[in-house]
Amino acid sequence: MDDRLAIKGIEFKSRLWVGTGKYKDFEETAKALEASGSDVVTVAVRRVNIIDRKSENLLDYIDPKKYKILPNTAGCYTVEDALRYARLAREAGVSDLIKLEVIGDEKTLFPDVIGLLKATEILAREGFIVLPYTNDDPIIARRLVDAGAAAVMPLGAPIGSGLGIRNPYNIKIILETIKGVPIIVDAGVGTASDAAIAMELGCDAVLINTGIAGAKDPIAMAEAMKYAVIAGRLAYRAGRIPKKLYATASSPLEGMLL
Amino acid sequence: METSKATVAGLLDELGITAGRVAVEVNERVVKRADYPAFGLKEGDHVEVVNFVGGG
Repeated sequence: MDDRLAIKGIEFKSRLWVGTGKYKDFEETAKALEASGSDVVTVAVRRVNIIDRKSENLLDYIDPKKYKILPNTAGCYTVEDALRYARLAREAGVSDLIKLEVIGDEKTLFPDVIGLLKATEILAREGFIVLPYTNDDPIIARRLVDAGAAAVMPLGAPIGSGLGIRNPYNIKIILETIKGVPIIVDAGVGTASDAAIAMELGCDAVLINTGIAGAKDPIAMAEAMKYAVIAGRLAYRAGRIPKKLYATASSPLEGMLL
Repeated sequence: METSKATVAGLLDELGITAGRVAVEVNERVVKRADYPAFGLKEGDHVEVVNFVGGG
């Protein structure tokens, strides 16, 4: 049974997407990525340090032929900055994919959805495959899709907070009302069950960085997340039982010794 | 910085940077990779060279 995830003709083998930040070193990054089974990684776009030139580069450890590179516009607080970084990312990379972030606040790193909408519209017009990091507001999700977003990436909780899916009800509403583009939870996943919950709701994928990189054993956690996403997706497709207040016996009454 | 190189390609070469791994801006405009050998630099130009690093 084919259950592939696809965005604008790009097929993704895994529904677990992995960030490459916050690891101890490139080797750990590569090992965690391998353990996760993911075929999509996010990267940031930053100045090459021409004074202190490390001999190694992230792409020495992550083969762009094996993994789809999803550059982000992390650290951008304005539309202008986000556009600038997106355009640079496209030139540095191999695809039109961009994880668009327009951040509204330093403490929460919540998206500035007004700026996000503007940037989405402009970049979509320029042919980017825009995957916007947004909040769990179904109205904004709708507007992003109308503006040309190729997916919607609602946060589960603040980036790196590990609080899991804070508002599953809103995420469920987004899933019910937005048809035609994938809904990918991005941010806040803290442990395996959070990822499974996101997938059980019906999300198409989950993007995790800190939840893996910040774990005591990132490689083990990457593996845990792999199974969690698979389990959650299978459970969703299997169709869970309804929740009931009272019991319904699993064993028959017939044949009881009375 | 000062450079004796007149083009973007020359500058990257002087800095020991692999062109295929970076993106370049000159005066806030992205330069297409195919244009690196021909894109001329003059005094006062603001050049930015970026690459992909770990991020979420």
